[in-house]
Amino acid sequence: MTNLAIAANGLRKSYGDKVVLDGVDLAVPEGTVFSLLGPNGAGKTTAVKILSTLISPDRGCGEIRVGGHDLAADAQAVRAAIGVTGQFSAVDGLITGEENMLLMADLHHLSKREGHRRAAELLERFDLTDAAKKPASTYSGGMKRRLDLAMTLVGNPRIIFLDEPTTGLDPRSRHNMWQIIRELVCDGVTVFLTTQYLQEADELADRIAVLNDGKIAAEGTAEELKRLIPGGHVKLRFEDPAAYGRAAAALRETVRDEQALTLQIPSDGTQRELRAILDRLDSAGIEADTLTVHTPDLDDVFFALTGGAGVPHQAKEALR
Amino acid sequence: MSSLSLAARDSSTMLRRNLLHARRYPSLTLNLLLTPIMLLLLFVYVFGDTMSAGIGGGGADRAEYIAYLVPGLLLMTIGSTVIGTAVSVATDMTEGIIARFRTMAIHRGSVLVGHVVGSVLQSVMSVVLVGAVAVAIGFRSTGAGVLEWFAAFGLLVLFALALTWIAVGMGLVSPNAEAASNNAMPLILLPLLSSAFVPVDAMPGWLQPIAEYQPFTPAIETLRGLLLGSQIGHNGWLAVAWCLGLAVLGYLWSTSTFNRDPK
Repeated sequence: MTNLAIAANGLRKSYGDKVVLDGVDLAVPEGTVFSLLGPNGAGKTTAVKILSTLISPDRGCGEIRVGGHDLAADAQAVRAAIGVTGQFSAVDGLITGEENMLLMADLHHLSKREGHRRAAELLERFDLTDAAKKPASTYSGGMKRRLDLAMTLVGNPRIIFLDEPTTGLDPRSRHNMWQIIRELVCDGVTVFLTTQYLQEADELADRIAVLNDGKIAAEGTAEELKRLIPGGHVKLRFEDPAAYGRAAAALRETVRDEQALTLQIPSDGTQRELRAILDRLDSAGIEADTLTVHTPDLDDVFFALTGGAGVPHQAKEALR
Repeated sequence: MSSLSLAARDSSTMLRRNLLHARRYPSLTLNLLLTPIMLLLLFVYVFGDTMSAGIGGGGADRAEYIAYLVPGLLLMTIGSTVIGTAVSVATDMTEGIIARFRTMAIHRGSVLVGHVVGSVLQSVMSVVLVGAVAVAIGFRSTGAGVLEWFAAFGLLVLFALALTWIAVGMGLVSPNAEAASNNAMPLILLPLLSSAFVPVDAMPGWLQPIAEYQPFTPAIETLRGLLLGSQIGHNGWLAVAWCLGLAVLGYLWSTSTFNRDPK
């Protein structure tokens, strides 16, 4: 995995005074899923637009290579290597799903026969055969997104940009889309995915970069990112209020919940720290009914890195 | 594949897409076709007797006024058709599919060429339809041979090409369909200030130079000369110059606008 599908140094873009991307470095190895994670307005879509040749970066930004081609010098070669499925459906609503597919086949210069074969095969794969003869404007959100991706795949791109592919989809359509993306990766395609859903990045991505205010706030695997952030703890639950009371006295630095009879002890989840807690409980002769170890999830990482630390839990739920 | 044949292939694909749109949703084209037909019937059957009194030093009858009117209305038909082009280009640019085209390894200009060729074909079809109505109510060409008919056809196509490129530019700079329709309005208002309905001599003095040298009048006079045998004079060259000038201007304007980074 030494070949990079996407490499960018100091990606910069501003509109007037507003800096959208402020020196972003990206390195995506071939055949991997890279996720750019960030809140609305972080610059995710702008990054995709630049890397997919839709808009040009600011002058003076470093070399950008996509699929081994220099973006500035040979945009057309980059275009031949990539496929883009945007946040807003890039389908022609006035014509049918099948006509959309055949349009793509023609633009990829496939023969008539090959074009029809490929269109039929992809419509089948994306479960659109029944709707193939209907105008795309009558499709549901999930169907439009599937048609969009199917159109992108007509040209067999080696690198696919997916800009918020599941935004606005219901849970079933979202899981469908995830399954489709996983299958793409099995075929060796490189996927550049932007999302505002932490779970999505966690599910799909090999590497995640958290983009905030036009800068990469952190980058790594989901596990690496979670380790960056404190917030792990051990939770003890008691049935017996007396045992709860004694444990609370024996352990310091606990977050107590008298109603639920639970104690939270900050911990990084290592064996050493766990043993220390258990030793304390043993020497006081206390036995907890359940013990759970909580490691920080991407939500914790996201809020810590994007300046939303201390946001109450309810707000996180609402974000999903 | 050479870049020229690539351009031709992609452009013909885009043309097929535009013709498919026009075939599926003909209401816009048909609506725009109504304007020149209504004007034709209005001026002939409602205003005809009064208007004809002012033509040819008075005493002209309705048939003569039809003959006077038709060349201008044929060109106005083109002006009306390309308003539809401006609207459909503006609508198209708001669609995600255009962003997709921009990220594909296709000939970049093919999107616009598809619109232009589609629009010229539609203009020719509309002119034929309006012409058929004109013939049905009594229009006959006088003294036009094969050569004149070819020249007339060539002029109509060239005029359609010129106005289409201008309309494409108007569509590209318009944020939505309504704005495009408003921006393209002069293309159908301009014929009212030309020699289409009344001779330029009959207009107020300050208006005459504008009416005489704006793009429609030379084209109308040339078409009149070709179909009816009237004097063409310098209008022929003027018409061709206007068409070529507008086509080149519209082409440069449209392509530079399209090649700019989208918002």
